[in-house]
Amino acid sequence: MLARHYIGESWKHGLLIIGALIVLIPFYMMVSMSLKSQQEIQSISGGLVGAQEIQTFPVCTKHGYTEEVCTMRPYKYNFWFAFKKAPIPRYLMNGLIVTVSIFLIQVLIALPCSYALAKLRFKGREFVFSMVLFCLLIPVHAIALPLYVMLAKAGLVDTYAALIIPWTISVFGIFLMRQFFMTVPDELIDAARMDGMGEYSIVWKVMLPVAIPALLAFAIFSVVAHWNDYFWPRIVITGNRDLFTPPLGIREFRGGIDSDEFGPMMASIVTVTIPLIVAFIVAQKRFVEGITMTGMK
Amino acid sequence: MGTISLKNINKSFGSTEVLKQLSLDIQDGEFLTLVGPSGCGKSTLLKIIAGLEQQNSGDVIIDDKNVNSTRASKRDLAMVFQSYALYPHLTVRKNLETPLKLRDYSFVERLPLVGNFVPSRKEKKKSIDDLVFKTSETLKITELLDRKPGQLSGGQRQRAALGRAMVREPVAFLMDEPLSNLDAALRVHMRSELSELHNSLKTTFIYVTHDQAEALTMSTRMAVMIDGELLQLDTPSEVYNNPSSLRVAEFVGSPKINTFAAQISSDGSVEFMGIKLERKFNTNSQKALVAVRPEHLEITKDSNKPAFEATVSYRENLGSDIFYHVQVDQSDSKIIVRGSPAGLISNGETVRISPSHAEAMLFETSGERTR
Repeated sequence: MLARHYIGESWKHGLLIIGALIVLIPFYMMVSMSLKSQQEIQSISGGLVGAQEIQTFPVCTKHGYTEEVCTMRPYKYNFWFAFKKAPIPRYLMNGLIVTVSIFLIQVLIALPCSYALAKLRFKGREFVFSMVLFCLLIPVHAIALPLYVMLAKAGLVDTYAALIIPWTISVFGIFLMRQFFMTVPDELIDAARMDGMGEYSIVWKVMLPVAIPALLAFAIFSVVAHWNDYFWPRIVITGNRDLFTPPLGIREFRGGIDSDEFGPMMASIVTVTIPLIVAFIVAQKRFVEGITMTGMK
Repeated sequence: MGTISLKNINKSFGSTEVLKQLSLDIQDGEFLTLVGPSGCGKSTLLKIIAGLEQQNSGDVIIDDKNVNSTRASKRDLAMVFQSYALYPHLTVRKNLETPLKLRDYSFVERLPLVGNFVPSRKEKKKSIDDLVFKTSETLKITELLDRKPGQLSGGQRQRAALGRAMVREPVAFLMDEPLSNLDAALRVHMRSELSELHNSLKTTFIYVTHDQAEALTMSTRMAVMIDGELLQLDTPSEVYNNPSSLRVAEFVGSPKINTFAAQISSDGSVEFMGIKLERKFNTNSQKALVAVRPEHLEITKDSNKPAFEATVSYRENLGSDIFYHVQVDQSDSKIIVRGSPAGLISNGETVRISPSHAEAMLFETSGERTR
């Protein structure tokens, strides 16, 4: 009886483990390659961390550094050289500026919109909401060209504005927050009105604090999407390296004479991925807290 | 002062008429209950008084001032909601402070950080702190001030919500079924506390409920509303003993009042279930309805009393009283009789039921009261 139960459960777990492996193996490869030396990567040996033998790296000396400087353990070399080769802190900073600005402006616009769509009664509300739903169906790539032309005409290509402006109105955010606000009791809003709050005060002082869990969920979607976005920055940032976002920065490691040196390349990718993973772990904790806090009654 | 009067209020949502030509005068310092079954428009009426809902036509007058176009917050009313509607992210203290800050602070003083540097704010903050403390003392919630609503029990949240309404010292309190989320024992307890609070504050209370027990126990006057109309406005005892129509009689009183078909002879004497009432009524119709409350029916063994026979089908034992649901032998109608706990009667037994003549009420078949 019990054995049968375990067998019944185990095939589900087996399936899930296979799924998890498919997702995790590339991460494993990335971390492993960022630690190993070029020879170990190419001969697929050395396990996760490799032998970590102190050696002199030829690509390094080719870049004009002395042999003394270029002699170290592989893991150290990979990260050190990645930072030497490209201004990674600058890229990370750009990524931060762009994703945070996008998220803040999205919230600034989405909250009042979704409050109106969820809680205010006005003529045409259903129509406006159906337009929001309709906009969810438009793929970004379909409007990329007109957007680019518009930004180019405004002289905004190669600026932060070009990276941020097209994403400031998030219909997904409006939709998500509207669905959440529908669950907030009307009485809470009536109470705020009796206390003397105006509609904007209600949005920022009552709805915003109540909506933190939903906003966190939205933040994860928004930040991950724009941190990882390669397509749009590639279009609007044409030459200025100072405006490169992390995915554009990684591209720097491709091509050129030492294009096949994977160690530093993977090290740069690890560096770019870590902030997201840390942010996700922190948010996840708050996320769970948020859900348990929501008990309104 | 806290007189509120409503003149010919009409309200409809789409094609559904919720309130029909409703007029109501509420005196200063009175505890007025709006009572009626669910969906009778009593909550809508309260929202119209509060200014949270706009009437289609008619006037709301508070202290001789027409407030039709006055915003909810400027009407100087305070409201207690069924779900309490406390701000979940703020402590009880902050919840109580919010309405005061919004009323007393200027725009600049309310700004975060910058507000701290405005000199006049300090004095106002002091008076707000005093008011919050005074209110929390009255409601005995001082030790809960630094907790968040999520950490409070139902009764404590109820008090906090009352406190948020009280701090402003409004001209009137509006309460929308404030006790219906509490458990039965606490509800009965809070009834007496609310009455005491009303006595000490001497402010106008307008209290909406579907629970007629709350209306009967707490109010100075109760307004019975059914289907968007005000049917009767009077003291609880008058509404109970002297309902103006059958609908009021059937709504107020638990268990429900019993009705019998009756015949009226030309001299005005009334006969139902083979019993002739001693009183005479002034009516032209031949058919009418006699209504008798369960406590005015008596199970009797005395064969001299005029009575009719019925079979006990169900017994409802409340401890102090027993209500017998009985099947009347001559018809298929069921009625309810109050009996004393002494001398239990078992199901299926046949009993003789005799009405108390003075208490029987006569209604036209249309539901109008006839005296």
